[in-house]
Order: sequence, then structure tokens, then C-alpha cells
Amino acid sequence: MAPSYTHNFNHAGFKGKVEIPTGLFINNEWSTSKDSNAKTIDVVNPSTGESITAIPEGLPADVEVAIDAAHKAFNTTWGTNCPGFERGKYLIKIAELMERDLDILASIEALDNGKTYAVAKSFDVTESAAVFRYYGGWADKIHGKVIEQSAQKLAYTRHEPVGVCGQIIPWNFPLYMFSWKIAPALATGCCVVIKPSELTPLTALYMTKLFKEAGVPAGVVNVIVGYGPTVGNALATNPRVDKVAFTGSTPVGRKVMEAASKSNLKKVTLELGGKGANIIFDDADLNEAVKYAAQGIFFNHGQTCCAGSRLFVQRGIYDKFAEKFAHVAAQIKVGDPFDANTYQGPQVSQTQYDRIMNYVECGKQEGAKVLTGGNRHGKQGYFIEPTVFGDVTNNMKIVREEIFGPVIVMSAFDTEDEVIASANDTNYGLASGIFTSDLSRAHRVASHLKAGTVWVNCYNELHPQIPFGGFKESGIGRELGEYALENYMEVKAVQINLGKKCAIPVDL
Amino acid sequence: MSTHAALTVPTIGELSIPTGLFINNEFRASSSGQTVPTINPANGETLLEVSHASQEDVDEAVRAARKAFETAWGNNVQASERGALLNKLADLMERDAEKLAALESLDSGKGIRIVREIDLPDSVACLRYYAGLADKFFGQTIPHFGKDKFVYTIHQPIGVCGQIIPWNYPLLMWAWKVAPALAAGCCIVMKPSELTPLSALYMCQLVKEAGIPAGVFNTVPGLGATTGDAISRHMDIDKVAFTGSVMTGRRISIAAAESNLKKVTLELGGKSPSLIFESANIEEAADWSALGIWFNSGQDCTAGSRIYVHESIYETFIAALKKKAEACAIGQAGLFVCSSDYDETTSFGPLISEAQRDKVLGYISSGVDEGARLVAGGKKWSKSGNGYWVEPTIIADVKPHFKVVQEEIFGPVVVISKFSTESEALTLANSSTFGLAAAVHTNDARQAMRVTAALDAGTVWCNQYGMLHPGVPFGGFKMSGVGRELGTYGLEAYTQVKAVHQNLAMDMQWPI
Repeated sequence: MAPSYTHNFNHAGFKGKVEIPTGLFINNEWSTSKDSNAKTIDVVNPSTGESITAIPEGLPADVEVAIDAAHKAFNTTWGTNCPGFERGKYLIKIAELMERDLDILASIEALDNGKTYAVAKSFDVTESAAVFRYYGGWADKIHGKVIEQSAQKLAYTRHEPVGVCGQIIPWNFPLYMFSWKIAPALATGCCVVIKPSELTPLTALYMTKLFKEAGVPAGVVNVIVGYGPTVGNALATNPRVDKVAFTGSTPVGRKVMEAASKSNLKKVTLELGGKGANIIFDDADLNEAVKYAAQGIFFNHGQTCCAGSRLFVQRGIYDKFAEKFAHVAAQIKVGDPFDANTYQGPQVSQTQYDRIMNYVECGKQEGAKVLTGGNRHGKQGYFIEPTVFGDVTNNMKIVREEIFGPVIVMSAFDTEDEVIASANDTNYGLASGIFTSDLSRAHRVASHLKAGTVWVNCYNELHPQIPFGGFKESGIGRELGEYALENYMEVKAVQINLGKKCAIPVDL
Repeated sequence: MSTHAALTVPTIGELSIPTGLFINNEFRASSSGQTVPTINPANGETLLEVSHASQEDVDEAVRAARKAFETAWGNNVQASERGALLNKLADLMERDAEKLAALESLDSGKGIRIVREIDLPDSVACLRYYAGLADKFFGQTIPHFGKDKFVYTIHQPIGVCGQIIPWNYPLLMWAWKVAPALAAGCCIVMKPSELTPLSALYMCQLVKEAGIPAGVFNTVPGLGATTGDAISRHMDIDKVAFTGSVMTGRRISIAAAESNLKKVTLELGGKSPSLIFESANIEEAADWSALGIWFNSGQDCTAGSRIYVHESIYETFIAALKKKAEACAIGQAGLFVCSSDYDETTSFGPLISEAQRDKVLGYISSGVDEGARLVAGGKKWSKSGNGYWVEPTIIADVKPHFKVVQEEIFGPVVVISKFSTESEALTLANSSTFGLAAAVHTNDARQAMRVTAALDAGTVWCNQYGMLHPGVPFGGFKMSGVGRELGTYGLEAYTQVKAVHQNLAMDMQWPI
């Protein structure tokens, strides 16, 4: 009997029992670990701090089996054995099933991660389905080029699937990150072994049911929940994994890249941390800038790699902005994810909560001014008040390090050159924002910011069609858009001699 | 006048078929009350009377399309949404596959099995291909200007497009036109062929059911000389796409130039040659060549209607091809007199009309008169009854100047002659004002590369014939057409490129 967990949801958005398979998903079957040392992993509800259920742990021995299954599928039922338009049909079918089970998936995500049900439904699950649909349309359009055509030679490229890909995803957007990784990999013909975060495995596990229902051949997608140092490390070091993709913190990303280099030099893409600079010029639409600045940090409780966590406000409007911003931050409703009025749920775990509160203390000690927030919210679960620090300087810990919570630091600037230098004064380079009504300035400043995404007069906008990724230590490679396909392809150049004779000076 | 009529469709029963114009997601009769009959080519009987759209009707359709383009389609809706709607339309086609296949078979004469297994799935695949492409047609940022300028291109939908489609693949040609146009964000005024309007009219119902906004897709059935001309000349249609004969294509092009210089793409006729070299596998080459000329009874713009065979295997190949002619599964696609079933075995139906049938017979006579050898077929099928069948026909020993070699017959008639050298074969193959398709059969890899590069045709098949796929572009060299359909190339016909120059820091002092 495959292990499973049934949850009875009873909230305004959805009422009903949902069965979630909790076993390791290998070759389209669910099971427990083949390693007798395996334990169970406690899945905690961050709104209450209580356990939802315990699920089987995966270990490196299971990763080996999954890699076997993935290779077998790659050589028989997937890869170039399955035409692009067929792969595309599977991806579209998955999207349709996700759309059918929208309320179920959103409920599971809100329960497991703590994000609000409303946002899980309107953003996380909806956009995840859109990502599958988007890559479903790419699967039969992965073109190479014909480069040279003459009497002597025909040269062309083939864009071939890399092979078996290990994928390690984080807990902040569990289902969304799952879709970013799996959809382009399957579109190009790769097979995957994916490790969801042990903190938030439930939507990924539910998806295994949908993959099976969609008829995706066994071994194409394998899902193993386990810890980074065991399962994650196994994927990064295994010589039969052709490529590893990781989203998470910069320190762990470093480890993944080292492991990949030390083993078989497998291809690596990384999507790491950020400390997004959000720049408000004095000709910005003030109210819109205030709202976007709040959304930029408080969306997803600040647990967003692209969060606009450093706010730079031009001196002329600084005081007015600060007043409005504190006012808006104080209006953010913190509470139960299933309450329709809640905007901000709990942080994902005790560890994260402790880390964030530690930074808040640090900030106070370094002399930054708390404009609003700075405390725990409530007595149960991992809730933190939306927190704004003013009067910060570039060398403070809370300015330099990624906090990954609902904490923003704010400072004033005078000139464009000065703020560009400040914005770029970081090892990160993931995302940034510019608020101005001067279009030339927008283009100009955008061209100078060292960030993979520059939002102009908006923030935190992600679309399946638009690439996303980091400069500097925020990552390697791009996800989403056509660009993501490159992560899962090898280019092979084929050069066909049509009539040239070999010029080596020998007689025959 | 009613907008629908009852039609008994074999294997389905009685269906209510739209017979009116489809404008703004509603059916109505033509303003003139005129109709055009559509005939069952298996027995010559009238199936239904279909509305004949007048100039006023075309004007109204264009107004509806323009309004939709400015408010509900084009840049007013996300490309991914357009894609999702096209996928929904494809889902509905699959749901109604049985009905659509039966209707198409009845109206066009194609074998029911062929429609069900080829025409219908290929049409669905085309819709799905463009559904997935809608949000993936990128402009460029052009970074040569440093701090001075920010320059980029956007691909915008052209606007209101007129589409005029033929009778040989009614549903498939409908899909080829509709899918890329809607994916690109254009709105459509379509004229299906008056010979085969029924599947197009049925599809209008599915367009509405899929949730495509009113005015985005409009259908104005009618005749080429009237309705088609109204479209080609319309001052508020931005682009016309036509598939059909060279003669009509020329008229459309002239009308477009005389009116508002609307963009024109044409997919016209062909006289596509197959070259069979000594190393070819003769049986395989004969099988593919049979498909090439007898699929759809030769009513195919890409029909492999000229075959040039190396002298060393000439008679052997002709004998092999003759056997294929005799094996053609000729049958009765439409309504039997005393049965309500379709013939599942047939893959060789009647020609579409009496006029076409007579034209083909005329060509056969001319070939024989000019001195060619009739190897197989040559006349009406003995069991035609009142239908328009012509036998699979092989005419050998033709010379380049023969009418049957120069002109497109559009029937199940293939002309064959021999060559001795590769260069001679290429000269024979390329001596045509057409250039739609060609094929080479050889097992010499270098020869395959050389010859495919040298053939003047938009599609060249190597060791096969006739296979088309939604992801692979298709269109003609020379007088076989202008532009390409299918593949990513197919979107170009429905987009226009706008270059945007944003001045960031360039100064200019007047006078210069």
C-alpha cells in the first residue's frame, strides 16, 4: 500500500478530503525508501507550529534507483524517442489538470507553506499551470539552425536534450518553483529527478498523482523528498546526472556547484539569493510607488529571492514617502492564511523566524531606526510584523545580507549616479525596481543596474514568457521564457562534407 | 430566410447545419437573400443551399472584425490567452470529430477514413501548434547605440485579414489560415469555397463555443468573382491570404494593388516533379509516387504530377507504378443509394465537380493526341454513376512541351518520361513556371544533398512524398506562390514589424 496522507479541508474556498501520496515517486510508483536507515520527515504547519503529517524520507540509495529509471525512460520512451508535439501534449494536459484542481492545490500550498489561500490560488497555482502550458507550446519548436549551405558543405545544429537532470527546489514557492524546473526540462526531452524542499513537499507530492493521470511515461519525472546534505548532495555529485539545477540560498548554491565540478562537471544552473534595490525618484507617482514598495517586500512575507528589500528614496520626497510607507506597512493584515482578509501569513519555519528576528535585533543594535513593526505577531506560529528600518547605511548587516522576511531597509539619496552606485554595491544582482515618470531616466538607469530583472513602475511581476535570473552571486543562467530551454539542451553541430577532398599531402 | 438547414449525414443522422453568414458570432442570411448550392460529388445531388454574401455583407463583416481588433483582440488580449482559446477550439474539434469528418466526407468526396485519420487530426495539430506559438514570436532589442538610443522592434498583428480558401482540403486549409492569424492577434473575414462550405460553417459554431470574442472571426460564404473580389478590393482589409489557382491568385493580387495595396500571400498551383535515380528502391519510390499523385485523387497543389525516371529503370518503374494505380482503393465516399453508411475502405474519391472532371478528361485526351502513351486509366470510373470519378491515370513518354507536362491538371493524372544524367533530370524538373514541391528518390547520399539543393521548390522531399507537418514551413518558389505557411514562418504573414527608436541622449541642432 503506497503511503499517503488525507487532509480534510474546511475553509471558505474549498471543503473536502484530499488524498496526497507521500511516498517517493520513482518510475510512476510510490514507495518508502529502500534504505533501512531512512526515517520520516515531519511536515509542519507554520501557522500553528504543529505537525501536519510525517512522510517517508528519501536517501541516496533511492536517488540511484530514480536515476536508473530516468535514464531508462530517456533512452526508450522520452528524449528523442518522443516527438516534441507529444511531449507538448503531456505538458498541456498537466496544466489542464492543475487548473481543474486549482482549489485543492491552493489549499495544500497555503497549509504547507503558510502563504494565503487567496494568493496561492490567484498567483502560485494559476501561474504554475501557465508555466506548464507555456512550455507545452515550446516542445515542438526547439529549432536548431542551418548555418552554411554551399556546394562544399551543409552545416546545421541540433538542439538535443541534455539527459537526466537533478533539480533541487526551495520552500518559498513550492509549486511554482516545481513548474519552473520541470516544464522546460520535459519540453526539451530531458528526464528529471527532483528534490522538493523537505519543509514544503506536499504540492509536489500531489503533482505526482497528476503526472500519472496525464499519462506521462514512467521514469520521466521522479520526486524524492529528503534533506539537502543527503538527497540534494546525491544529485549534485552523481556521475550519471547530466545537469543539476538549484534554487535556494547562495551558500548552498556554492556547494552544489562545487559538488558538480568535483564529480562529472555536470552542467549547473543556479538561482540564488538577492537584495533587490527599489529606487524611488522624486518624479515618481508617489502613491503607486509606496504601494509597489510595500508589495515588493511584503509579498510572500518577504520570502522572495527578488524582493525589493533595499528602498532608496530621493531626498526631496523622502519624508513624505516614509510617512506613507509606514502607514501602509501598518495596514498589512497578518494572520491565518485561510482568512480572506489576510495579506501576510507566517514565515515558513521556526528556523527562518529565528533568523529574521535575529536580523531585526541586529538592525536595532547597529543604530537603524524602526519606523514600524520589529516584533513577533501573535503567540502561535511563525508570524512577524511587517518591519521598516529607516536611516540605514550601506555597511549595516541588515543592508548587506539577505534577510528573507518582511523586513525592509530604507535610505535617502540625492543623485542618480549616487543611487546607481549604492544599488550596485552588493554581491547580489537578481532584481531591482525603478519608479519615475521620466522614460529616458528609466531606460538609462535600467541600463546601469547590475540585475537580471529591472522593474519600471512595478515590482514582483513574473510571467512565463519573460526570463528571470541573476547577475553576480545571484545565480547562473536564466529561467522562464525561451531562455530556460538552453539550460536543458546541448548544441550539436553537424558538418556534412558534400564534395571536398582531403588536403593532406600524401600519395595514394 | 433561415440560417440553418437540416442535412442527413451518413453514420450521424440528421444535423442542423449553418447555412448563413457568420458575423459577430451570429448567423444570418445574406442581405440579398441569394444562395449558392453545394453539391455531393459522389452523386451530383445538391446537399444544401448556402447564403451568398453580398458586398454589403462583406462590409459588415469587415466592420465587425475591425471593431473586435480595436477592442477585444489584437493587443487588447494577452498572446497566451489567444493561445489558450485556440487550444480550446482544437479540443472542440476533437470532441466533434465524428460529425466533422462525416460532414467533410459528404461535402468534398474524400473517403471517411481518410478524413478521420488524416484531415481532421492534421487540422487539430495545426491549431495546437499555433496555440503554443502565440506568445513566442519575439521582436529584437538592437543594442548598437549605447547611451544615445534605445531601439527595439515589436511584432504587431496586421489587423483585419481576408482569407479565401479552396475546396480540396476544406477543413485543413481552414485550420492553416485561422490558426496563425488568430495566434498573431489578427481578426478574420473568411470566404470558404462555394464548392465545400459546410465544414467551415460548422466550425463557426465551435469558434463561438470556444469563447473567441464576437467579431474576431467572421465567415462570408459566396463566389470568388463576387464575395472573393469584395474581400480583395476592400479598403479596410489590411491583408489577404489566398490558396487556389494561379489565375485567381493573379486577380486577387491585382485587386489588392488596385485598392489599398493590402499585403498579399498566395499559395497557388504546382506541377511538382519527382526524380527517380538508379539507386532508388523502386517499390518504395512507386509507393510514395502513388501517394503523391493519387492521394485526394490528385486534387492537391503539391501533387507529384510529373515523374522523371532514370532510363535504366524506366520500364520497371512504370510497371511498378501501374500496379499501384490498379490497387487504388476507389470507392463511394458519400451516400449510397440504398444504404446510409460510408465506405470505410476508400481512399480515392470523386473529383469535386463535373467541370473539374471534364477538365481532367480533356487533359488526358490532349496528352494522347500529342503522342503520349496511356499506361493506365484514362477515363471515367466505370461505377461513377452520377458522381465525378476519374480513374488513376498514367501517361508515359511525354515531351517537355506537351500541355499535360506544362499545365496543372489537378486530377489523378501523372506524366512520366526518362532521363540519362542528373543534370538533365534537374533541367527537366526545373523547367516549369511552378515551384511548389519536388522529390528525389535515391540512395546516394551526396546526390540527395546536391539534388535537393538544386531543385527550385519550396518543399523538397527526399525518399518520400506528400508529408506535411504544422511545424515545417510550406510555400512556393516562382509562380506557385508568395510567402510561407506553417512553422514559425507562418506567423510572419500576419504580423508587421515596427521599429521603435527611443532617444535617450542624442542632440540635434538645426540647421544641419
